[in-house]
Amino acid sequence: MMREILASVSIFDIVFVAIAGFTLLCALAMILFNNIVHSMVAMIFCFLGIAGVYFTMDAGFIGMVQIMVYAGAISVILIFAFMVLMSRDPARSNRYSPRKGSILAGFFASGIIAAMLGYAIIATEFPVSGLPDAEVNQMEVIADLMLGSYVIPFEAAAILLLVAVIGAILLAKGVEKDR
Amino acid sequence: MIGFQHYLLLAALLFGIGLLGIVFKRNAVALLMSVELILNAVNINLVAINKYVLGGSGLGQLFALFVIVVAAAEVAVGLALIINIYRLKKSSDVDDFNILKW
Amino acid sequence: MADILNYIWLIPVLPFLAFAAAGTVFIGKPATAAAVSIFAIAISFIISIITAVLVFTSAPGFIYESSLRWLDMPGLRVEMGLLIDPLSALMLLVVTTVALLVQIYSLGYMRDDPGFARYFAYQSVFAGSMLGLVLANNFGQIYVFWELVGLCSYLLIGFWYHKDSAKNAAIKAFITNRIGDFGFLLGILLLLITFGTLSFSQLPNQIGQYSNAAMLLVIGLLLFLGPMGKSAQFPLHVWLPDAMEGPTPVSALIHAATMVAAGVYLIARAFFIFSESAQVMSVIAYVGGFTALFAATIAITQNDIKRILAFSTLSQLGYMVMAMGIGAMTAGMFHLTTHAFFKALLFLGAGSVIHALHDEQDIWKMGNLSGKMPVTTVTFIIGALALAGIPPLAGFWSKDEILSGAFAGSHTILYLLGVFVAFLTAFYMFRLIFVAFFGSNHGGLHAHESPAPMTIPLIILSVFAIGAGLVNTGLTDFAFSRYITVSGLEHHEPVSAVMIISSLVAAAGIFLAWLIYQKQIISAEAIKTKFIPIYNLLQNKYYIDEIYAWAGKNLVLGSSRLFEWLDLKVVNGIVDGLAGFARWSGSKLRLLQNGQIQTYTVYIYVGLIVLLLAAICMSVNAWLI
Repeated sequence: MMREILASVSIFDIVFVAIAGFTLLCALAMILFNNIVHSMVAMIFCFLGIAGVYFTMDAGFIGMVQIMVYAGAISVILIFAFMVLMSRDPARSNRYSPRKGSILAGFFASGIIAAMLGYAIIATEFPVSGLPDAEVNQMEVIADLMLGSYVIPFEAAAILLLVAVIGAILLAKGVEKDR
Repeated sequence: MIGFQHYLLLAALLFGIGLLGIVFKRNAVALLMSVELILNAVNINLVAINKYVLGGSGLGQLFALFVIVVAAAEVAVGLALIINIYRLKKSSDVDDFNILKW
Repeated sequence: MADILNYIWLIPVLPFLAFAAAGTVFIGKPATAAAVSIFAIAISFIISIITAVLVFTSAPGFIYESSLRWLDMPGLRVEMGLLIDPLSALMLLVVTTVALLVQIYSLGYMRDDPGFARYFAYQSVFAGSMLGLVLANNFGQIYVFWELVGLCSYLLIGFWYHKDSAKNAAIKAFITNRIGDFGFLLGILLLLITFGTLSFSQLPNQIGQYSNAAMLLVIGLLLFLGPMGKSAQFPLHVWLPDAMEGPTPVSALIHAATMVAAGVYLIARAFFIFSESAQVMSVIAYVGGFTALFAATIAITQNDIKRILAFSTLSQLGYMVMAMGIGAMTAGMFHLTTHAFFKALLFLGAGSVIHALHDEQDIWKMGNLSGKMPVTTVTFIIGALALAGIPPLAGFWSKDEILSGAFAGSHTILYLLGVFVAFLTAFYMFRLIFVAFFGSNHGGLHAHESPAPMTIPLIILSVFAIGAGLVNTGLTDFAFSRYITVSGLEHHEPVSAVMIISSLVAAAGIFLAWLIYQKQIISAEAIKTKFIPIYNLLQNKYYIDEIYAWAGKNLVLGSSRLFEWLDLKVVNGIVDGLAGFARWSGSKLRLLQNGQIQTYTVYIYVGLIVLLLAAICMSVNAWLI
């Protein structure tokens, strides 16, 4: 039986398993490290791994966006935040919560949720349709949608970003003490 | 051999790890990082659906794009809030953010 | 003569109008008030006589009914009407006769009383109510007038309202009556619910076809509570002796002849209901018999002339009710009629004595009145003989009908009881006569004969006391029984043995009284001291009043304590408990909110788990693995 499995394994599968495993490893590392800087580095690698997963799915555009936005911008923001707040003692700044009850509860809860999701995924018959043509230009398709039928959510997202930026600036500025 | 369900499984596992991170860690920024992980898991889901169920119509990728936009905005605002609370409490430990208790 | 039927409605209405006039316009003019009142009752009397002649010269079974729809709602129809049949015609005669004579008598008795006009107004309203009761053609109307009569009794007993004893007696009468009326009302309502009608002409048919014996038993018992109250049967008898606080003519009219007879009349009217249930009839018979014995035993020890007569009334009412209970409706009504006449006579005679001795009522302070008050003495003796049942006076015939009925119907206990009570009756009446009218003058009071308005009614009534019994003898072909009867009721010919025994027994009673009180051969004092516990028991009316007072007080106190405990502990406990529970649960639940967002996050996870579980369980695909 192993021979049949080995025979049907393709390069694609091996690549996928490698990238997925790497991502998972980095995610675990992210939450297990006690040093927040280590944690953040693990996060960046995790995002890169996810970008790789996107590439295996022929979603090149999203993969590039993932690298640029997540691994680029968001990680940088987080590192900046850390620098503002916790530069005193980075080595132990990301410890886990000491309350035993909450650890156990958290483990159980998330474990159960993940298990249920997994069970649901395995047990369901998905209406999988035929694979698409890889030659299609992803960007054209997305651009057609974004500026065509879905222009309103696009504009709304733009406004959202604007509001978020302004809001973040205002919030971070803080309240004037002598008002 | 790798099919739709494997992508979903990967997403589910990442989702679970993100959930664990939220309750497991004391640092406020670590919390935000875990939330980002969850959002990414969702994105994997969406793109996988786009490829396998929608037949590459690009809708899934568009949705994932919007999720990324929202995630970015949320990180920005969240960090601004954390900075504010840090100014008040002089600590970034979520255990100390307990003013709203009985 | 049949045209008189168109004027029947005047019979009760005229006295009511007289009440309205005497009570308002003529309240300051006593003479005019009395004149109006007597005039009204006299007219009613004349109309009643004409009606009675009409009824009793027609064939037996004459019925005239006229009714007016007073209230007509879906589910409730109330009628006001008049019913003339031999029974009501008889009662009309009795009531109007006695009422007229009493009002004439009152001219003399109440002459010096400041409330003269008010008195006649009350007399009129009582007469009107009683006549309305007698003429009623349905239970609802009877109940209305029943209550009115009770009210008038209250007004008249408490006539001298500045006397505390009179006030209390009036209240006692009203309340005891109310207890009986409550049961009566429940019975009427049950009748209404079960049969939908209260009319005396429609109910008999429906009752005949009705088969639920338990319901008839309940209705019968409840309806009997009314007569128990109004006719003072045990245990609701306590008001009648105290009712003697009212003026003596009132006692004569209301508590001898008419109002207390209303209960017996009701039993006769509702006989078709009672006779359907053998248990109810037994209850009625034994209650009546017991009351008769009970009252007679008390009467032999009483010293107030009116009290003796009151207990005598109680005893005779017991006889009447007992007669009804053994099925001898005719005998009961016959005794009611004769009793009305001779008891009214006795009361008016007693009033004459009291008035002459300036309100002295203790017989031991009287004595040797026969010389000074001849008319009163003679009429009083005639009344006493009638009551004792000496032939050929009226009481003999009616009492014998009852005893014959008991004997022939094999009610041995009741028969023996009746005979014993007859003995006691003769004894205590002649004890009264020998002590008060003969013998030496114990109290040293001076007496003189009463004026004409008082003696003439006495004479008239004594004529009735002698002759009224003859309507039901062989001389008139048992006319009474032919008219006043219930279908299916056998008429018992008086049994000779019974007649002889009862006469002997009465004579023996008189003889014993003569021996003890007149000749004083047997000493009353010796007997009294020998049987002092029994004497005390009887003298104090078996302590019934004291028992009621003690029970009432303790019941009320006990139940109020119970309710207080309920209110404080249970009700307050529940309310406070709820509040305390809310507070306690709040104090426990608030610990969930400890301010840690990670705890809240776990709560969210739990909710998510529940939702996922639900989703997995509900989806069919998940089970196809």
